[in-house]
Amino acid sequence: MSKLIIDKKEYSSRLILGTGKYKDFDETKSALESSGCEMVTVAIRRMNIGQDQASKNLLDYVTPDKYTILPNTAGCYTAKDAIRTCEIAAELLNGEKLIKLEVLSQSKTLFPDIVETIKAAEILVKKDFKVMVYTTDDPIVAKELENIGCECVMPLGSAIGSGIGIINEFNIREIVENATVPIIVDAGVGTASDACIAMELGCDGVLMNTAIACAKEPNIMATAMKYAVIAGREAFLAGRIAKKQSGSPSSPKAGLVTGE
Amino acid sequence: MNIFLNNEPEILSDGSTIKKLLENKNIKNTYYAVEINRKIIPKSHHETYVIKDGDRVEIITAIGGG
Repeated sequence: MSKLIIDKKEYSSRLILGTGKYKDFDETKSALESSGCEMVTVAIRRMNIGQDQASKNLLDYVTPDKYTILPNTAGCYTAKDAIRTCEIAAELLNGEKLIKLEVLSQSKTLFPDIVETIKAAEILVKKDFKVMVYTTDDPIVAKELENIGCECVMPLGSAIGSGIGIINEFNIREIVENATVPIIVDAGVGTASDACIAMELGCDGVLMNTAIACAKEPNIMATAMKYAVIAGREAFLAGRIAKKQSGSPSSPKAGLVTGE
Repeated sequence: MNIFLNNEPEILSDGSTIKKLLENKNIKNTYYAVEINRKIIPKSHHETYVIKDGDRVEIITAIGGG
């Protein structure tokens, strides 16, 4: 099975996990291990100076030697703020320039602001950042972001944290079929079948956070997501049968022991 | 002198470097970045960079996020 390649690195797992909303770092670490993921997103924020500095930090649990750390620009509403956050992230991670770009439009839906996203992507690519970009499920915008030079294009399945799943499978399929860079569904996954559908549509990976972190049992859901992504990928590679209006028996008609 | 540290007022002795500030605050985090007046100061300069009165200092790290 072909591997996922991002910024010249091969990944066996096609599942990328966020590290927000977990009860504590132990729960985060355990869920990441159960999921088998190899890349995790982190947020960039002011350090809590008042806290006990001897206490552990996220990257003591989720270590960069084990996981590819993907800093995000979550919470940024302008290209300018997103670019500033990326520059800080690169300094913080000792020069690593792989980033998840998200520029939001408003706090209710958390839908991306496409104009600011494109503006930021153009500048970041010129600054040699490897941009994994969160966007809408609009195929035209996805292609534009690819043309700009983004490393991966990451359309939403539905709103961040909504758990609705993939609203527009037709658009996701269209994006995948037109792409020459990895397409990763980012946001909206609620349960394992949503991740599986994303992969069956031909996506190269799935990025999720809330579906695992806020499940009643994050560890078990992480395992479910691991298998869902594998199942969906293999089903895509295997090629599904066409849907038919009528039934078609699986057992041969010849040799049937019935009648007189 | 008076500075702003992560958007909060802070009193610092004159001539303090970034390294001194990090030591004062007992910051042992391996992964952090420092901005002064919106300009990133690379880690290689922390030992020599002297903070000035009125500077806005940001110490930033990575936390859980999606």
